[in-house]
Amino acid sequence: MTFADFLSMGGYGFYVWGAYVVSAAAILIEVVAVRARLRGAHRLADSDRDEEIAPR
Amino acid sequence: MSSSSINWFRFASPASFFPLARKLVPWFALPAALLAAAGLYLGLVVAPTDAQQGDAYRIIFIHVPAAWMSMFIYVVMAFWSAIALMFNTRLAAMMVQALAPTGALFTFLALWTGSLWGRPAWGTYWAWDARMTSELILLFLYFGYLALRGAIADPRRADRASAVLVLVGVINVPIIYFSVRWWNTLHQGASVSLTSAPKMAAVMLTAMLIMTLAAWLYAIAIALMRVQAIMLERERRTGWVEGFAGAAE
Repeated sequence: MTFADFLSMGGYGFYVWGAYVVSAAAILIEVVAVRARLRGAHRLADSDRDEEIAPR
Repeated sequence: MSSSSINWFRFASPASFFPLARKLVPWFALPAALLAAAGLYLGLVVAPTDAQQGDAYRIIFIHVPAAWMSMFIYVVMAFWSAIALMFNTRLAAMMVQALAPTGALFTFLALWTGSLWGRPAWGTYWAWDARMTSELILLFLYFGYLALRGAIADPRRADRASAVLVLVGVINVPIIYFSVRWWNTLHQGASVSLTSAPKMAAVMLTAMLIMTLAAWLYAIAIALMRVQAIMLERERRTGWVEGFAGAAE
């Protein structure tokens, strides 16, 4: 089996890769988004803490 | 060690669950990635071409895990919603909040991959068949949950209102599951059953189960990450977050 055969998936490449590529992209986007949200939440919590400590 | 030596209720408080969630993430994320790699290799390279469907059937390795997870995550959300309503615990409601976007994602993927499989298998991307329609309703239930949370500013009120919504909607899950038996649907019946011998080749079944396990571990890992963000966002004015040293790293 050549790589081109693998990509063509017996003529069903559009359907098979359409399913796999979108699924992989969706999961990648979710991981990136959740990591960014967690970083943002940490920054927010840190800035709150600093605000309360600073005036004293 | 006897089980009574660990006070499990300690972890019902966000303050003690936060560091635990943080430590647990890699223990689920890493096996999820390794199993996904193994499952993809088995499913796309090792498994033979299907005699009837050609290579189009390979969509099964994401379609079935995504569909199972879409229903399973909703049931877990219903469980935590019931706990949240009965015991009025913040953490249970936060778990519901952490699971919902991932449940919606798996529901979307089940519909998307099903649509791309339906075209070569049945000649249509979509039909208003009982299985597909009830799965679409599941997607709307996830959206409804997220929209309701977004519409209520007070998180504790949002917890209670959305818990009721999730519990009412759980009736849809058995409808999805049994739809292929109750109605004469275009969608095929269950491929895997506990009561009969598998109708699939062993390597195909193995690849599908490995991908399901990977999806399950992934869902746990991502929910544990998201719940940390939710805990920080909701409780940042409370003592335990303010006292949490080294929060940025």
